[in-house]
Amino acid sequence: MSRVNVPLPQPRSLAETSRQDRWWVQPLAVFLGLTAFLVYANWAAFQASNFFASAAHPTVSLFGGTKSVAHYLSPMYSPVLYDIPGMTSGHAWFGEAPSWLVSLWDFIPGSYSPAFLILIFPAGFRLTCYYYRGAYYKAFWGDPLNCAVGEPGFRGKKYRGEAKLPLILMNIHRYFLYAALVFILILSYDALISYWFTNPDTGKGSFGIGVGSLILTINPILLGGYTLGCHSLRHLVGGKKDCIGAKGLRRTSYECVSCLNRGHMKWAWFSLVWVGFTDFYVRMVASGAWTDYRLF
Amino acid sequence: MSHAPAKASSETRKQLFRVWRGDKTAGTFKDYTATVTPGMVVLDVIHQIQAEQANDLACRWNCKAGKCGSCSAEINGKPRLMCMTRMDELPTDMPVVVEPMKAFPLIKDLVTDVSWNYDVKKKIKPFKPRKPDAPDGTWRMDQADVDRVQEFRKCIECFLCQDVCHVLRDHHKHEEFIGPRFLVYTAALEMHPLDTEDRLADLRKSQGLGYCNITKCCTKVCPEHITITDNAIIPLKERVVDEYFDPVTKLFKMFKKKT
Repeated sequence: MSRVNVPLPQPRSLAETSRQDRWWVQPLAVFLGLTAFLVYANWAAFQASNFFASAAHPTVSLFGGTKSVAHYLSPMYSPVLYDIPGMTSGHAWFGEAPSWLVSLWDFIPGSYSPAFLILIFPAGFRLTCYYYRGAYYKAFWGDPLNCAVGEPGFRGKKYRGEAKLPLILMNIHRYFLYAALVFILILSYDALISYWFTNPDTGKGSFGIGVGSLILTINPILLGGYTLGCHSLRHLVGGKKDCIGAKGLRRTSYECVSCLNRGHMKWAWFSLVWVGFTDFYVRMVASGAWTDYRLF
Repeated sequence: MSHAPAKASSETRKQLFRVWRGDKTAGTFKDYTATVTPGMVVLDVIHQIQAEQANDLACRWNCKAGKCGSCSAEINGKPRLMCMTRMDELPTDMPVVVEPMKAFPLIKDLVTDVSWNYDVKKKIKPFKPRKPDAPDGTWRMDQADVDRVQEFRKCIECFLCQDVCHVLRDHHKHEEFIGPRFLVYTAALEMHPLDTEDRLADLRKSQGLGYCNITKCCTKVCPEHITITDNAIIPLKERVVDEYFDPVTKLFKMFKKKT
Protein backbone atom coordinates (compact mmCIF):
# COMPACT_ATOMS: atom_id res chain seq x y z
CA MET A 1 0.00 0.00 0.00
CA SER A 2 1.43 3.37 -0.94
CA ARG A 3 2.47 5.75 1.72
CA VAL A 4 2.83 9.50 1.81
CA ASN A 5 6.42 10.50 1.56
CA VAL A 6 6.64 12.27 4.90
CA PRO A 7 7.88 10.68 8.11
CA LEU A 8 5.31 10.05 10.79
CA PRO A 9 5.83 11.40 14.28
CA GLN A 10 7.62 9.02 16.61
CA PRO A 11 5.31 6.76 18.60
CA ARG A 12 4.88 7.84 22.18
CA SER A 13 6.55 5.94 24.95
CA LEU A 14 4.75 3.81 27.51
CA ALA A 15 1.78 5.61 29.11
CA GLU A 16 2.68 8.91 27.44
CA THR A 17 -0.49 10.82 26.66
CA SER A 18 -2.09 14.24 26.76
CA ARG A 19 -5.27 12.75 28.16
CA GLN A 20 -6.28 14.48 31.36
CA ASP A 21 -8.95 12.05 32.51
CA ARG A 22 -8.33 8.95 34.62
CA TRP A 23 -7.58 6.77 31.59
CA TRP A 24 -5.86 4.17 33.76
CA VAL A 25 -8.95 3.36 35.84
CA GLN A 26 -10.64 1.15 33.24
CA PRO A 27 -7.66 -1.08 32.38
CA LEU A 28 -6.75 -1.29 36.06
CA ALA A 29 -10.29 -2.32 36.99
CA VAL A 30 -10.25 -4.98 34.25
CA PHE A 31 -6.84 -6.19 35.40
CA LEU A 32 -7.92 -6.46 39.02
CA GLY A 33 -11.31 -7.99 38.17
CA LEU A 34 -9.94 -10.65 35.86
CA THR A 35 -6.97 -11.41 38.09
CA ALA A 36 -9.25 -11.84 41.10
CA PHE A 37 -11.48 -14.18 39.16
CA LEU A 38 -8.55 -16.19 37.77
CA VAL A 39 -7.05 -16.62 41.22
CA TYR A 40 -10.38 -17.63 42.72
CA ALA A 41 -11.31 -19.98 39.85
CA ASN A 42 -7.95 -21.76 40.05
CA TRP A 43 -8.16 -22.06 43.79
CA ALA A 44 -11.71 -23.40 43.57
CA ALA A 45 -10.80 -25.89 40.83
CA PHE A 46 -7.86 -27.23 42.83
CA GLN A 47 -9.98 -27.73 45.95
CA ALA A 48 -11.64 -30.90 44.65
CA SER A 49 -14.06 -30.73 47.57
CA ASN A 50 -17.14 -28.83 48.76
CA PHE A 51 -18.51 -28.38 45.27
CA PHE A 52 -21.90 -29.99 45.90
CA ALA A 53 -24.44 -29.83 48.70
CA SER A 54 -24.77 -33.03 50.69
CA ALA A 55 -26.57 -34.56 53.66
CA ALA A 56 -23.66 -33.55 55.93
CA HIS A 57 -24.93 -29.96 55.88
CA PRO A 58 -28.63 -30.03 54.98
CA THR A 59 -30.85 -27.14 54.01
CA VAL A 60 -32.99 -25.80 56.84
CA SER A 61 -36.57 -24.74 56.26
CA LEU A 62 -37.02 -21.07 57.10
CA PHE A 63 -40.50 -21.83 58.45
CA GLY A 64 -40.47 -24.87 60.71
CA GLY A 65 -36.81 -25.74 60.87
CA THR A 66 -37.10 -29.13 59.13
CA LYS A 67 -34.05 -30.33 57.29
CA SER A 68 -33.70 -31.56 53.72
CA VAL A 69 -30.85 -32.28 51.35
CA ALA A 70 -30.39 -29.93 48.40
CA HIS A 71 -28.93 -30.98 45.04
CA TYR A 72 -26.79 -27.95 44.46
CA LEU A 73 -23.74 -28.29 42.24
CA SER A 74 -21.10 -25.63 41.69
CA PRO A 75 -21.09 -24.31 38.09
CA MET A 76 -17.31 -24.54 38.12
CA TYR A 77 -17.59 -28.32 38.42
CA SER A 78 -20.59 -28.86 36.21
CA PRO A 79 -20.92 -31.24 34.48
CA VAL A 80 -19.17 -33.75 36.75
CA LEU A 81 -17.95 -36.33 34.24
CA TYR A 82 -16.22 -38.55 36.80
CA ASP A 83 -16.51 -38.44 40.57
CA ILE A 84 -13.43 -38.22 42.71
CA PRO A 85 -12.72 -41.78 43.99
CA GLY A 86 -14.39 -42.23 47.36
CA MET A 87 -16.53 -39.11 47.00
CA THR A 88 -20.00 -39.69 45.52
CA SER A 89 -21.49 -36.40 44.45
CA GLY A 90 -24.64 -37.82 42.91
CA HIS A 91 -23.98 -35.66 39.84
CA ALA A 92 -21.42 -37.77 37.98
CA TRP A 93 -22.29 -38.74 34.42
CA PHE A 94 -19.99 -41.74 34.22
CA GLY A 95 -19.47 -42.73 37.84
CA GLU A 96 -16.14 -42.81 39.63
CA ALA A 97 -12.99 -41.65 37.87
CA PRO A 98 -11.02 -44.53 36.31
CA SER A 99 -7.60 -45.16 37.80
CA TRP A 100 -5.75 -44.07 34.61
CA LEU A 101 -7.40 -40.70 34.85
CA VAL A 102 -6.56 -40.22 38.50
CA SER A 103 -2.99 -41.37 37.89
CA LEU A 104 -2.50 -38.46 35.46
CA TRP A 105 -2.34 -36.27 38.52
CA ASP A 106 0.92 -37.95 39.46
CA PHE A 107 2.37 -35.57 36.86
CA ILE A 108 0.12 -32.58 37.56
CA PRO A 109 0.14 -30.53 40.77
CA GLY A 110 -2.72 -31.15 43.14
CA SER A 111 -5.12 -34.07 43.03
CA TYR A 112 -7.77 -35.07 40.51
CA SER A 113 -10.54 -32.53 40.36
CA PRO A 114 -13.58 -32.91 38.06
CA ALA A 115 -13.35 -29.18 37.32
CA PHE A 116 -10.20 -29.68 35.27
CA LEU A 117 -12.06 -31.84 32.76
CA ILE A 118 -14.59 -29.17 31.86
CA LEU A 119 -13.24 -25.71 32.74
CA ILE A 120 -11.38 -25.44 29.43
CA PHE A 121 -14.69 -24.87 27.64
CA PRO A 122 -16.08 -21.86 29.55
CA ALA A 123 -12.54 -20.54 30.04
CA GLY A 124 -11.82 -20.88 26.31
CA PHE A 125 -15.08 -19.18 25.45
CA ARG A 126 -14.23 -16.18 27.58
CA LEU A 127 -10.57 -16.12 26.58
CA THR A 128 -11.48 -15.88 22.89
CA CYS A 129 -14.53 -13.63 23.38
CA TYR A 130 -14.34 -10.45 21.33
CA TYR A 131 -15.17 -8.28 24.33
CA TYR A 132 -12.64 -9.87 26.67
CA ARG A 133 -9.94 -9.83 24.00
CA GLY A 134 -10.15 -6.07 23.63
CA ALA A 135 -10.32 -5.66 27.39
CA TYR A 136 -7.40 -7.87 28.40
CA TYR A 137 -5.16 -6.80 25.54
CA LYS A 138 -5.32 -3.39 27.20
CA ALA A 139 -5.24 -4.49 30.81
CA PHE A 140 -2.62 -7.25 30.63
CA TRP A 141 -0.60 -6.48 27.48
CA GLY A 142 -0.89 -2.69 27.36
CA ASP A 143 -1.62 -3.03 23.66
CA PRO A 144 -2.62 -0.22 23.96
CA LEU A 145 -2.92 0.71 27.64
CA ASN A 146 -5.96 2.72 26.67
CA CYS A 147 -7.11 4.72 23.67
CA ALA A 148 -4.57 7.37 22.63
CA VAL A 149 -2.14 6.31 25.35
CA GLY A 150 1.44 5.33 24.49
CA GLU A 151 2.51 1.68 24.31
CA PRO A 152 5.69 -0.12 25.31
CA GLY A 153 8.18 1.06 22.73
CA PHE A 154 9.76 -2.33 22.00
CA ARG A 155 6.78 -3.53 19.95
CA GLY A 156 6.85 -0.86 17.28
CA LYS A 157 6.46 -2.35 13.83
CA LYS A 158 6.88 -5.87 15.18
CA TYR A 159 3.22 -5.79 16.14
CA ARG A 160 1.33 -8.77 14.70
CA GLY A 161 -2.08 -8.37 16.29
CA GLU A 162 -4.36 -11.29 15.52
CA ALA A 163 -2.97 -11.68 12.03
CA LYS A 164 -0.37 -14.29 12.97
CA LEU A 165 0.40 -16.85 15.65
CA PRO A 166 -0.33 -17.00 18.50
CA LEU A 167 -3.32 -14.65 18.50
CA ILE A 168 -4.61 -15.88 15.15
CA LEU A 169 -5.89 -18.81 17.22
CA MET A 170 -8.57 -16.47 18.59
CA ASN A 171 -10.49 -17.34 15.43
CA ILE A 172 -11.46 -20.58 17.15
CA HIS A 173 -14.02 -18.63 19.18
CA ARG A 174 -17.10 -20.08 17.47
CA TYR A 175 -16.12 -23.61 18.47
CA PHE A 176 -16.02 -22.57 22.11
CA LEU A 177 -19.39 -20.94 21.50
CA TYR A 178 -20.86 -24.30 20.53
CA ALA A 179 -19.57 -25.75 23.81
CA ALA A 180 -20.85 -22.75 25.76
CA LEU A 181 -24.34 -23.26 24.35
CA VAL A 182 -24.29 -26.86 25.61
CA PHE A 183 -23.12 -25.60 29.00
CA ILE A 184 -26.13 -23.29 29.22
CA LEU A 185 -28.36 -26.35 28.91
CA ILE A 186 -26.36 -28.26 31.52
CA LEU A 187 -26.38 -25.38 33.98
CA SER A 188 -30.09 -24.87 33.38
CA TYR A 189 -30.60 -28.51 34.32
CA ASP A 190 -28.53 -27.90 37.48
CA ALA A 191 -30.78 -24.96 38.26
CA LEU A 192 -33.85 -27.11 37.70
CA ILE A 193 -32.76 -29.89 40.06
CA SER A 194 -31.86 -27.31 42.70
CA TYR A 195 -35.63 -27.03 43.26
CA TRP A 196 -35.74 -30.66 44.33
CA PHE A 197 -34.99 -31.53 47.96
CA THR A 198 -34.66 -34.93 49.58
CA ASN A 199 -35.89 -35.77 53.05
CA PRO A 200 -32.86 -37.32 54.80
CA ASP A 201 -35.02 -39.61 56.96
CA THR A 202 -37.44 -41.02 54.39
CA GLY A 203 -35.40 -40.49 51.22
CA LYS A 204 -38.44 -38.93 49.58
CA GLY A 205 -38.02 -35.98 47.28
CA SER A 206 -40.13 -32.85 47.14
CA PHE A 207 -40.28 -29.55 45.32
CA GLY A 208 -38.91 -26.58 47.20
CA ILE A 209 -37.18 -23.25 46.81
CA GLY A 210 -33.93 -22.66 48.65
CA VAL A 211 -31.72 -19.59 48.59
CA GLY A 212 -29.29 -21.73 46.61
CA SER A 213 -32.03 -22.54 44.07
CA LEU A 214 -32.41 -18.85 43.31
CA ILE A 215 -28.67 -18.34 43.06
CA LEU A 216 -28.29 -21.34 40.77
CA THR A 217 -31.19 -20.07 38.61
CA ILE A 218 -29.78 -16.60 38.12
CA ASN A 219 -26.52 -18.19 36.95
CA PRO A 220 -27.72 -19.69 33.62
CA ILE A 221 -29.87 -16.61 33.00
CA LEU A 222 -26.82 -14.34 33.17
CA LEU A 223 -24.69 -16.84 31.28
CA GLY A 224 -27.43 -17.10 28.68
CA GLY A 225 -27.50 -13.32 28.28
CA TYR A 226 -23.77 -13.37 27.75
CA THR A 227 -23.56 -16.43 25.49
CA LEU A 228 -26.61 -15.60 23.36
CA GLY A 229 -25.22 -12.12 22.73
CA CYS A 230 -21.95 -13.51 21.34
CA HIS A 231 -20.60 -11.84 18.20
CA SER A 232 -19.99 -15.23 16.57
CA LEU A 233 -23.56 -16.30 17.26
CA ARG A 234 -24.79 -13.03 15.78
CA HIS A 235 -22.87 -13.90 12.65
CA LEU A 236 -24.05 -17.49 12.53
CA VAL A 237 -27.77 -16.79 13.03
CA GLY A 238 -27.95 -14.24 10.27
CA GLY A 239 -25.12 -11.74 10.19
CA LYS A 240 -23.23 -13.74 7.57
CA LYS A 241 -26.02 -13.13 5.06
CA ASP A 242 -26.24 -9.92 3.07
CA CYS A 243 -29.98 -10.46 2.82
CA ILE A 244 -31.34 -11.43 6.21
CA GLY A 245 -34.87 -10.53 5.18
CA ALA A 246 -37.45 -8.37 6.88
CA LYS A 247 -39.29 -11.16 8.67
CA GLY A 248 -38.90 -14.78 9.68
CA LEU A 249 -36.85 -16.83 12.10
CA ARG A 250 -33.49 -15.60 10.81
CA ARG A 251 -34.41 -11.93 11.19
CA THR A 252 -35.93 -12.48 14.64
CA SER A 253 -32.88 -14.45 15.80
CA TYR A 254 -30.52 -11.84 14.40
CA GLU A 255 -32.39 -9.00 16.11
CA CYS A 256 -32.53 -10.85 19.44
CA VAL A 257 -28.83 -11.70 19.41
CA SER A 258 -28.01 -8.14 18.31
CA CYS A 259 -30.08 -6.80 21.20
CA LEU A 260 -28.13 -8.87 23.73
CA ASN A 261 -24.90 -8.10 21.90
CA ARG A 262 -25.30 -4.39 22.57
CA GLY A 263 -24.87 -5.12 26.28
CA HIS A 264 -22.25 -7.84 25.80
CA MET A 265 -19.73 -6.22 28.14
CA LYS A 266 -22.25 -5.97 30.99
CA TRP A 267 -23.47 -9.53 30.49
CA ALA A 268 -19.84 -10.69 30.42
CA TRP A 269 -19.04 -9.13 33.77
CA PHE A 270 -22.29 -9.90 35.56
CA SER A 271 -22.17 -13.54 34.48
CA LEU A 272 -18.50 -13.86 35.44
CA VAL A 273 -19.08 -12.48 38.91
CA TRP A 274 -22.18 -14.59 39.39
CA VAL A 275 -20.44 -17.82 38.39
CA GLY A 276 -17.81 -17.07 41.04
CA PHE A 277 -20.43 -16.16 43.62
CA THR A 278 -22.49 -19.28 42.88
CA ASP A 279 -19.44 -21.48 43.38
CA PHE A 280 -18.67 -19.60 46.58
CA TYR A 281 -22.21 -20.03 47.89
CA VAL A 282 -22.30 -23.76 47.14
CA ARG A 283 -18.82 -24.08 48.69
CA MET A 284 -19.93 -22.32 51.85
CA VAL A 285 -23.07 -24.44 52.13
CA ALA A 286 -21.22 -27.69 51.37
CA SER A 287 -18.57 -26.95 53.97
CA GLY A 288 -21.13 -26.01 56.58
CA ALA A 289 -19.84 -22.46 56.96
CA TRP A 290 -23.18 -21.10 55.76
CA THR A 291 -26.62 -22.58 56.24
CA ASP A 292 -28.82 -22.78 53.19
CA TYR A 293 -32.41 -21.85 53.94
CA ARG A 294 -35.42 -23.27 52.23
CA LEU A 295 -38.02 -20.59 51.58
CA PHE A 296 -40.73 -22.95 50.41
CA MET B 1 -6.65 13.97 39.80
CA SER B 2 -10.07 15.47 39.24
CA HIS B 3 -10.99 18.41 37.07
CA ALA B 4 -13.96 20.65 37.27
CA PRO B 5 -15.74 20.90 33.92
CA ALA B 6 -16.87 24.40 33.12
CA LYS B 7 -20.51 25.00 33.92
CA ALA B 8 -22.65 26.60 31.26
CA SER B 9 -22.74 30.19 32.34
CA SER B 10 -23.33 33.54 30.83
CA GLU B 11 -19.96 34.76 32.00
CA THR B 12 -16.99 35.47 29.81
CA ARG B 13 -13.75 34.01 31.13
CA LYS B 14 -10.09 33.63 30.28
CA GLN B 15 -8.80 30.16 29.42
CA LEU B 16 -5.24 29.00 28.83
CA PHE B 17 -4.71 27.06 25.61
CA ARG B 18 -1.65 24.96 24.86
CA VAL B 19 -1.44 24.54 21.08
CA TRP B 20 1.06 22.50 19.11
CA ARG B 21 3.10 24.71 16.79
CA GLY B 22 5.55 23.32 14.30
CA ASP B 23 6.03 21.36 11.11
CA LYS B 24 7.45 18.00 10.08
CA THR B 25 10.96 18.97 11.16
CA ALA B 26 10.33 20.34 14.65
CA GLY B 27 7.68 21.72 16.93
CA THR B 28 6.65 22.65 20.44
CA PHE B 29 3.62 23.62 22.49
CA LYS B 30 2.86 27.32 22.79
CA ASP B 31 0.56 28.89 25.35
CA TYR B 32 -2.20 31.31 24.44
CA THR B 33 -4.75 32.90 26.71
CA ALA B 34 -8.10 33.15 25.00
CA THR B 35 -11.37 34.82 25.92
CA VAL B 36 -14.09 32.23 26.15
CA THR B 37 -17.71 33.25 25.88
CA PRO B 38 -20.76 31.03 26.37
CA GLY B 39 -21.53 28.66 23.51
CA MET B 40 -18.01 28.61 22.09
CA VAL B 41 -16.43 25.47 20.68
CA VAL B 42 -12.70 24.74 20.52
CA LEU B 43 -12.57 25.71 16.84
CA ASP B 44 -13.91 29.18 17.76
CA VAL B 45 -11.05 29.62 20.19
CA ILE B 46 -8.49 28.44 17.63
CA HIS B 47 -9.90 30.98 15.18
CA GLN B 48 -9.72 33.66 17.86
CA ILE B 49 -6.08 32.82 18.57
CA GLN B 50 -5.40 32.83 14.83
CA ALA B 51 -7.01 36.26 14.43
CA GLU B 52 -5.58 37.97 17.48
CA GLN B 53 -2.36 36.27 18.55
CA ALA B 54 -0.94 33.92 15.92
CA ASN B 55 -1.87 34.79 12.35
CA ASP B 56 0.28 31.97 11.02
CA LEU B 57 -1.44 29.24 13.03
CA ALA B 58 -2.49 26.54 10.55
CA CYS B 59 -5.75 24.70 11.05
CA ARG B 60 -8.05 22.96 8.59
CA TRP B 61 -11.77 23.53 8.84
CA ASN B 62 -14.78 23.90 6.64
CA CYS B 63 -18.40 23.40 7.74
CA LYS B 64 -18.18 24.06 11.48
CA ALA B 65 -21.16 21.76 11.86
CA GLY B 66 -19.58 18.34 12.41
CA LYS B 67 -20.30 17.16 8.89
CA CYS B 68 -17.21 17.83 6.78
CA GLY B 69 -14.67 16.05 8.96
CA SER B 70 -11.97 18.66 8.36
CA CYS B 71 -11.17 19.99 11.83
CA SER B 72 -10.01 16.70 13.36
CA ALA B 73 -7.43 17.18 16.10
CA GLU B 74 -6.56 15.93 19.56
CA ILE B 75 -8.09 17.90 22.39
CA ASN B 76 -6.77 17.10 25.84
CA GLY B 77 -5.31 13.95 24.33
CA LYS B 78 -8.52 12.65 22.78
CA PRO B 79 -9.16 12.63 19.02
CA ARG B 80 -12.13 14.91 18.44
CA LEU B 81 -13.63 17.38 15.99
CA MET B 82 -12.72 20.88 17.14
CA CYS B 83 -16.05 22.23 15.91
CA MET B 84 -18.03 19.74 17.99
CA THR B 85 -16.12 20.11 21.25
CA ARG B 86 -17.86 22.64 23.41
CA MET B 87 -15.73 24.67 25.76
CA ASP B 88 -18.11 24.03 28.64
CA GLU B 89 -17.30 20.29 28.42
CA LEU B 90 -13.63 20.87 29.18
CA PRO B 91 -11.93 21.35 32.54
CA THR B 92 -11.31 24.96 33.42
CA ASP B 93 -8.54 24.44 35.95
CA MET B 94 -5.87 23.42 33.47
CA PRO B 95 -4.77 24.35 29.97
CA VAL B 96 -6.74 23.00 27.03
CA VAL B 97 -4.20 21.03 24.99
CA VAL B 98 -4.76 21.03 21.22
CA GLU B 99 -2.54 18.85 19.03
CA PRO B 100 -2.62 17.51 15.47
CA MET B 101 -3.58 13.91 14.75
CA LYS B 102 -0.77 11.44 15.42
CA ALA B 103 -1.38 8.76 12.81
CA PHE B 104 -0.62 11.02 9.86
CA PRO B 105 2.38 13.09 8.82
CA LEU B 106 2.32 16.64 10.06
CA ILE B 107 2.23 19.48 7.55
CA LYS B 108 2.01 22.44 9.92
CA ASP B 109 0.60 23.13 13.38
CA LEU B 110 -2.79 21.36 13.51
CA VAL B 111 -2.85 20.29 9.87
CA THR B 112 -1.85 16.76 8.89
CA ASP B 113 -1.49 15.09 5.52
CA VAL B 114 -4.33 12.58 5.30
CA SER B 115 -3.80 11.71 1.62
CA TRP B 116 -2.72 8.17 2.54
CA ASN B 117 -6.40 7.51 3.22
CA TYR B 118 -7.38 8.42 -0.32
CA ASP B 119 -4.81 6.01 -1.71
CA VAL B 120 -6.17 3.24 0.49
CA LYS B 121 -9.73 3.85 -0.63
CA LYS B 122 -8.81 3.45 -4.29
CA LYS B 123 -7.56 -0.07 -3.62
CA ILE B 124 -10.81 -1.40 -2.20
CA LYS B 125 -12.86 -3.32 -4.75
CA PRO B 126 -15.84 -1.19 -5.77
CA PHE B 127 -19.53 -1.99 -5.57
CA LYS B 128 -20.55 -4.75 -7.99
CA PRO B 129 -24.32 -5.22 -8.02
CA ARG B 130 -26.07 -8.40 -9.08
CA LYS B 131 -28.20 -8.40 -12.22
CA PRO B 132 -31.34 -6.29 -11.89
CA ASP B 133 -34.34 -8.07 -10.34
CA ALA B 134 -36.87 -6.54 -12.67
CA PRO B 135 -36.97 -6.06 -16.46
CA ASP B 136 -36.91 -2.29 -15.98
CA GLY B 137 -33.41 -2.56 -14.53
CA THR B 138 -34.36 -2.08 -10.89
CA TRP B 139 -33.66 -4.16 -7.79
CA ARG B 140 -35.71 -5.28 -4.79
CA MET B 141 -34.28 -5.15 -1.30
CA ASP B 142 -35.70 -5.40 2.20
CA GLN B 143 -35.49 -2.11 4.01
CA ALA B 144 -34.10 -3.90 7.09
CA ASP B 145 -31.16 -5.17 5.03
CA VAL B 146 -30.48 -1.71 3.66
CA ASP B 147 -30.65 -0.23 7.16
CA ARG B 148 -27.77 -2.42 8.32
CA VAL B 149 -25.31 -0.88 5.86
CA GLN B 150 -26.87 2.57 6.05
CA GLU B 151 -25.20 3.10 9.43
CA PHE B 152 -21.80 2.90 7.77
CA ARG B 153 -22.72 5.58 5.26
CA LYS B 154 -22.93 8.17 8.03
CA CYS B 155 -19.12 8.34 7.99
CA ILE B 156 -17.85 11.87 7.36
CA GLU B 157 -14.24 10.75 6.82
CA CYS B 158 -12.82 12.80 9.65
CA PHE B 159 -10.24 10.00 10.14
CA LEU B 160 -10.40 10.26 13.92
CA CYS B 161 -10.86 6.47 14.04
CA GLN B 162 -7.70 6.05 11.98
CA ASP B 163 -5.91 8.46 14.31
CA VAL B 164 -6.84 6.66 17.52
CA CYS B 165 -6.21 3.15 16.14
CA HIS B 166 -2.97 2.01 17.75
CA VAL B 167 -2.11 -0.17 14.74
CA LEU B 168 -1.60 3.01 12.73
CA ARG B 169 -0.85 5.46 15.50
CA ASP B 170 1.72 3.47 17.45
CA HIS B 171 2.73 0.63 15.16
CA HIS B 172 2.71 2.57 11.86
CA LYS B 173 1.29 -0.36 9.90
CA HIS B 174 0.09 1.90 7.11
CA GLU B 175 1.44 -0.44 4.47
CA GLU B 176 -0.33 -3.52 5.81
CA PHE B 177 -3.50 -2.25 7.49
CA ILE B 178 -6.28 -0.12 6.04
CA GLY B 179 -7.64 1.09 9.40
CA PRO B 180 -11.15 1.27 10.86
CA ARG B 181 -12.43 3.87 8.41
CA PHE B 182 -11.86 1.60 5.46
CA LEU B 183 -13.03 -1.49 7.25
CA VAL B 184 -16.31 0.37 7.70
CA TYR B 185 -16.22 1.32 4.03
CA THR B 186 -15.55 -2.30 3.05
CA ALA B 187 -18.30 -3.53 5.38
CA ALA B 188 -20.76 -1.17 3.69
CA LEU B 189 -19.91 -2.77 0.35
CA GLU B 190 -19.44 -6.35 1.52
CA MET B 191 -22.74 -6.49 3.44
CA HIS B 192 -24.74 -4.62 0.82
CA PRO B 193 -27.75 -6.73 -0.21
CA LEU B 194 -26.98 -6.26 -3.93
CA ASP B 195 -23.22 -6.59 -3.89
CA THR B 196 -21.60 -9.67 -5.41
CA GLU B 197 -17.91 -8.83 -5.08
CA ASP B 198 -15.68 -10.89 -2.79
CA ARG B 199 -13.30 -8.81 -0.70
CA LEU B 200 -12.42 -11.39 1.95
CA ALA B 201 -9.06 -12.41 0.49
CA ASP B 202 -7.98 -8.76 0.36
CA LEU B 203 -9.23 -8.16 3.88
CA ARG B 204 -7.20 -11.03 5.23
CA LYS B 205 -4.03 -10.58 3.21
CA SER B 206 -3.30 -7.08 1.92
CA GLN B 207 -5.67 -5.06 4.12
CA GLY B 208 -4.64 -6.54 7.46
CA LEU B 209 -7.99 -7.17 9.13
CA GLY B 210 -6.20 -9.47 11.58
CA TYR B 211 -4.20 -6.56 12.94
CA CYS B 212 -7.30 -5.17 14.61
CA ASN B 213 -7.30 -6.34 18.21
CA ILE B 214 -10.73 -4.99 19.04
CA THR B 215 -9.81 -2.21 21.41
CA LYS B 216 -12.97 -0.37 20.32
CA CYS B 217 -11.13 2.96 20.43
CA CYS B 218 -12.40 3.73 16.93
CA THR B 219 -15.99 3.31 18.08
CA LYS B 220 -15.40 5.57 21.07
CA VAL B 221 -14.10 8.52 19.03
CA CYS B 222 -16.51 8.35 16.08
CA PRO B 223 -18.40 11.66 15.99
CA GLU B 224 -21.18 10.00 13.99
CA HIS B 225 -21.53 7.26 16.63
CA ILE B 226 -21.04 4.46 14.13
CA THR B 227 -20.64 1.17 16.00
CA ILE B 228 -17.47 0.48 14.05
CA THR B 229 -16.13 -2.50 15.95
CA ASP B 230 -19.29 -4.44 16.69
CA ASN B 231 -21.21 -3.78 13.49
CA ALA B 232 -18.45 -3.55 10.89
CA ILE B 233 -15.09 -4.97 11.95
CA ILE B 234 -16.19 -8.03 13.94
CA PRO B 235 -18.75 -9.11 11.31
CA LEU B 236 -15.95 -8.87 8.71
CA LYS B 237 -13.65 -10.89 10.96
CA GLU B 238 -16.36 -13.53 11.25
CA ARG B 239 -16.73 -13.67 7.46
CA VAL B 240 -12.99 -14.16 7.16
CA VAL B 241 -13.21 -16.96 9.75
CA ASP B 242 -15.91 -18.61 7.60
CA GLU B 243 -13.63 -18.52 4.62
CA TYR B 244 -10.23 -19.33 6.10
CA PHE B 245 -10.37 -20.64 9.65
CA ASP B 246 -13.49 -22.74 10.06
CA PRO B 247 -13.08 -26.14 8.43
CA VAL B 248 -16.66 -27.18 9.19
CA THR B 249 -18.18 -24.13 7.51
CA LYS B 250 -15.78 -24.55 4.63
CA LEU B 251 -16.78 -28.17 4.21
CA PHE B 252 -20.44 -27.25 4.43
CA LYS B 253 -19.97 -24.60 1.74
CA MET B 254 -18.18 -27.04 -0.54
CA PHE B 255 -20.95 -29.58 -0.10
CA LYS B 256 -23.58 -26.92 -0.74
CA LYS B 257 -21.89 -25.82 -3.95
CA LYS B 258 -21.84 -29.39 -5.29
CA THR B 259 -25.50 -30.06 -4.50
